[in-house]
Amino acid sequence: MLKVLKSGFFMTLQDMGRFGYRDRGVPVSGTMDFEAANKANQLLENESDSAVLEITMTGPTLLFEDPSYICLSGAFLSPTLNNEPIENYEVVQVAKGDILSYGRLEKGFRTYLAIKGGFKAPKILGSRSQYHPVTPTKCLKDGSAVEYDETLAFEPAISGLKVEDKLGKDVLEVYKGPEFSILSDAQLGALFGRSFSISEKNNRMAYQLTELIQGHKHSMLTSGTMPGTVQFTPAGRLIILMKDGQTTGGYPRILQLSVESIGLLAQKKFGDSISFKLV
Amino acid sequence: MHGWEMSIAYNSLTMVNTLEDVDFESINKQILDCHGRPKGTTAKRERFLWKIPVCYDLEFGIDLEEVANTLGLSQEQLIAHHTSHEYTVYGIGFLPGFMYLGGLPGQLEIPRRKEPRLHVAKGSVGLAGKQTGIYPQDSPGGWNIIGSCPTPVFNPNADEPCFVKVGDRIQFKQISKGEYDLHKIEAEVGIYKPEKFKLDA
Repeated sequence: MLKVLKSGFFMTLQDMGRFGYRDRGVPVSGTMDFEAANKANQLLENESDSAVLEITMTGPTLLFEDPSYICLSGAFLSPTLNNEPIENYEVVQVAKGDILSYGRLEKGFRTYLAIKGGFKAPKILGSRSQYHPVTPTKCLKDGSAVEYDETLAFEPAISGLKVEDKLGKDVLEVYKGPEFSILSDAQLGALFGRSFSISEKNNRMAYQLTELIQGHKHSMLTSGTMPGTVQFTPAGRLIILMKDGQTTGGYPRILQLSVESIGLLAQKKFGDSISFKLV
Repeated sequence: MHGWEMSIAYNSLTMVNTLEDVDFESINKQILDCHGRPKGTTAKRERFLWKIPVCYDLEFGIDLEEVANTLGLSQEQLIAHHTSHEYTVYGIGFLPGFMYLGGLPGQLEIPRRKEPRLHVAKGSVGLAGKQTGIYPQDSPGGWNIIGSCPTPVFNPNADEPCFVKVGDRIQFKQISKGEYDLHKIEAEVGIYKPEKFKLDA
């Protein structure tokens, strides 16, 4: 059992996501930075759909009540185990009573805690990803507990990894969306000719960009959307849907982020800048 | 087709595949071929008409009086209009189980409220513009609330979390407060079965 002694800003249990229910309006959910979370699972030799903790901006204080092995990844929040610094992308043994806590946010925005065998919680509609009201709660709070299986011994094939640091990357690779053709030359120029900053309205559902581009009067019927869909409002605002984003929307879908770019954007916070590059 | 998730909304079909690599060109050709086939050569999916119970008592229909006044109808007329039409489910999205319903009679068209409410109760039945619908869970919202449905349209713990499918039809059925309470209990203990009729039978 993992006990949450003190929750940080926002912390949820996530796996690869909840598939097969989009047509009933259920968001896909799952880890925002899939690549980072997946690397941690891989180092622990976990199944790819193993659940991890996704920790946003400020870290929690966590107590391990059973021995196991963990791996951290994604953003760097100066983690310590019993007050000794530990690194991301390294397999670390934890004993009963060990305490994991976090310090300064150095880089990125979302960090992951993976554990040998994955965190256990009942699967709802095929997934452990927290999304209220599909799951009874929307995040982990002070006093929450998450189950995991005890692991006494584990010899990892690779105990640590030097990963390419993508946290500083700010160019999002995008494809043309279904309504790309409504964009005028002036709008295209603005979209690809400058950088945009992340608005304070950013969360697991969507990231809004602060700067507006010239608006439009295109009216359309509600259609399907996906994580990474860039919506374009009549006022000229750009809204990028993320993992908990709605499955349909009525705004023109001008761009679609690649899976990798969704992961890059997930590591951005209020005020950070990004730009788009068509692939 | 294996690995595909398909969702329909109004005039569009969205297909997503996360399980395998997709050869875009060949799948694109398959879809266009399918689209080009003459009508009647393709399989028809079973569609249903669902009768959804709604209690229009003022306890639930908190905007019913105001809406009736604005529309120049008596409350009975408003309820009669709302319950006498079949609405087509054009899409499910925005929130889990939220149905986009088409076919609202013109007499019931009313703008959404000037200020959205921070809290609209799960099951609330509302009117806004050319739309009517049910709030599948507690949420903020700007629709005019005229009643409440006692049984969930979305239940994540059921084998089939949302019994309605895009293409089905919905008709609202007026129930008393007593029936509302009964259906609510039936739903809680899991014995409520929504009334359905096969379409195109």
